[in-house]
Amino acid sequence: MSLPIDQVKRIAHLARIAVTDAEAEAVQADLNRIFALIEEMNAVDTSGIEPMAHARDLTVRLRADEVREGDQHEAFQAVAPQVEAGLYLVPKVIE
Amino acid sequence: MEWETVIGIETHAQLSTRSKIFSAASTAFGAAPNTQACAVDIALPGVLPVPNRGAVERAIRFGLSVGGAIAARSVFARKNYFYPDLPKGYQISQFEAPIVQGGTIQTVLPDGTEKTVRLTRAHLEEDAGKSLHEDFHGMTGIDLNRAGTPLLEIVSEPDMRSAGEAVAYARTLHALVRWIDICDGNMQEGSFRCDANVSVRPAGSDRLGTRCEIKNLNSFRFLERAIDFEVRRQIEILEDGGRIDQETRLYDPDRDETRSLRSKEEAHDYRYFPDPDLLPLEVKDEWVAAERAALPELPAAKRDRFVCELGLTAYDAATLTGSRETADYFDAVTAALVLREPGGDARAGAKTAANWVMGELAGALNRAELEIDRSPVSAQQLAGLIARIRDNTISGKIAKEVFDALWAGEASGDDAADSIIQAKGLRQITDTGALESIIDGIIAANPAQVAEFRGGREKAFNFFVGQAMKATKGKGNPAAISEILKRKLAG
Repeated sequence: MSLPIDQVKRIAHLARIAVTDAEAEAVQADLNRIFALIEEMNAVDTSGIEPMAHARDLTVRLRADEVREGDQHEAFQAVAPQVEAGLYLVPKVIE
Repeated sequence: MEWETVIGIETHAQLSTRSKIFSAASTAFGAAPNTQACAVDIALPGVLPVPNRGAVERAIRFGLSVGGAIAARSVFARKNYFYPDLPKGYQISQFEAPIVQGGTIQTVLPDGTEKTVRLTRAHLEEDAGKSLHEDFHGMTGIDLNRAGTPLLEIVSEPDMRSAGEAVAYARTLHALVRWIDICDGNMQEGSFRCDANVSVRPAGSDRLGTRCEIKNLNSFRFLERAIDFEVRRQIEILEDGGRIDQETRLYDPDRDETRSLRSKEEAHDYRYFPDPDLLPLEVKDEWVAAERAALPELPAAKRDRFVCELGLTAYDAATLTGSRETADYFDAVTAALVLREPGGDARAGAKTAANWVMGELAGALNRAELEIDRSPVSAQQLAGLIARIRDNTISGKIAKEVFDALWAGEASGDDAADSIIQAKGLRQITDTGALESIIDGIIAANPAQVAEFRGGREKAFNFFVGQAMKATKGKGNPAAISEILKRKLAG
């Protein structure tokens, strides 16, 4: 399987990564090598084997429903680019 | 052409945990911006999510209460998209293996017919933060207090055929999540919000039309009006030979219309995949059994009991089970009433009790803006009042006067109604002799009306009833007065 260049650009856009035309070709070659590896794995007969959702065959530990975090917004906001009235400010996202 | 409406609903119910779904920050509503957003919620590098047992427990409780299957193993997945109020760049949700699969919601429509809506699934996920678009020098302000708040997304099958059915479903679901105490149901604060998937198709067709999704409807009235508008819009387009574009729309309550938000052409490609930060969630049988044992009697079961054991109509039973507090109150009234009934028959006073709870009491609570669990008139006191109507100590009309006195707190204790009747001398006059002499006086004093009645003007009868009531200060037994009047006027 080989990935067309417009798909490469679409994936880059979904990940919000700026890719120039020259870079896109290099990325295409990289991705195609990864697909080749995936195809090799796809060739293995896995019928009857339940897919794993995680590499480790364990289940998640749960936490008791207790509030144990205090207000640390001042420390967090000290390193934020722009804040006002306790809010993080970002470029406007709607018109 | 005849059109059929098809509606499916997705509901986001905010789970009533103290802490967030993957962090130990508080979920309390209304805190100052970002004071309840910890390192996990704001996605600082290196943090790891740890699921909240309380959120899982509530999802299990919901699954059991709708008769769904609780997955022994479910998986958290990442739903990827970029928006500033989603700091990780993905929302942790469940995709292929949700915690609750299937189930049904049984609702009663206003005309009394029952309607079953199938559920597809219910899954756990985290909420995003809030974007404030107004007035930050052309920038957007972000408050991440809500980020990481646990949600249960409840997805129905496209089983509803009108806005009315959609509202009945949403109301029943709303009552249920409050009933089993997994969500406070506060719609103004966004604790319970609905998205409606609406399409139309020619009546009789079994193919679904192209649907539009109306997002974030946070009141039952908006849900109904948004669907009504959307159905009219789609039918108009189709009848003009047009085509429906699959898109997300927003309802604008000020203009009472839906507007396009984004079309599916540019729709998000969420690229779900299992979250490597979270191992699969295991729910053992013992846990499910413990939650099942702890469930209260559910609204549908209570409704059936009110119909079968108390002889109420399906609609009355549905209204009384609209909230657990109302149902508990009504249960307490009927239980107290049985003890006061000579035969101890629960059915006997049930209809009267239902009318009082849904009528006089609900009205008074409404005017005072009180919830029923804060009612100044206790269930025992109301039962005491109803018992006096049933044994003819007072008439229904006088009972309202007694109720007002109870409401005002003019007497206390379970037998407060008796104290008030005694103190105000409201006991009904059932002594036929006394009533007869009063009525004889009225007939003698009003020869003109007597002639009218005997001449065939039946309405004049009401005049005599009114006079008799006035003469007895409302305490004459209406049935006895009517009987005596009929006999004497006929003569």
